[in-house]
Amino acid sequence: MKFSHRLQGKTIVLIAMMALFGSLGDVLLRKGMKQIGAISNWHPSALLSAFERTFRSGPIWLGISSLLLFFVAYLLVLSWADYSYVQPASATGYLFVAILGYLILGEVIPRMRWVGVLVICIGVLLVGGTPPRTTEES
Amino acid sequence: MRVAIALAIIIVGGTAGELSVTRAMKQIGEVENFSPSNLLRVIGRAFCVGWMWFGLLLMALSFFALLMVLSWENVSFVVPVTALSYVFGAFGGKFLLGERIEARRWIGVALVCLGVLLVCVS
Repeated sequence: MKFSHRLQGKTIVLIAMMALFGSLGDVLLRKGMKQIGAISNWHPSALLSAFERTFRSGPIWLGISSLLLFFVAYLLVLSWADYSYVQPASATGYLFVAILGYLILGEVIPRMRWVGVLVICIGVLLVGGTPPRTTEES
Repeated sequence: MRVAIALAIIIVGGTAGELSVTRAMKQIGEVENFSPSNLLRVIGRAFCVGWMWFGLLLMALSFFALLMVLSWENVSFVVPVTALSYVFGAFGGKFLLGERIEARRWIGVALVCLGVLLVCVS
């Protein structure tokens, strides 16, 4: 697919939005669930109360909004760009989650985990750079 | 153990959900007209396909499992592990939808497994 200069700029902005909002969404969900506390009581009434508190939590709704923004950017960019061109964004997302988890939530990330995240990113890049359709039209 | 089960639900449920939704959308056929009225018609038709509902149910289940596991574990552990969905996606695409998987993609799948292993032992 040949991109015009203008289209390429638009694509890069939307892919950056995907990486940012996707990982920010997950980090906000963790922030919200941390406030709710570990779910360890499996009694239906306790689960229901945890469910209720989850959906009254500000960070959870911010997280869901952020994930929706991610999804909208994803759908928009897929309307003109190839899936295999867009895929690298979801690969960098894994790195962004670790960085934002460290910066926003102060998570301790051992060196081995950084290495693992990088290996995952490379793996996802390789998975993504393949033709989007290998089956025959039916 | 409960973490492993919840992660399995996120990964398998999410992937199976996406595969079901893909199957439903392929049944409807390629969307070529992006006018709002046609998009509404496409969405309307999508919700008449059983696979769409099955897929959405699985994706919702996967989301609740994600919330649950995030109440226990750090996001910098949980999200990288969910990359295993690429592994299940490759196998599911091959065996359920009959897609051809290239060597390059299998190498990527193997690297994802290695990376998840490193994240888990760290």
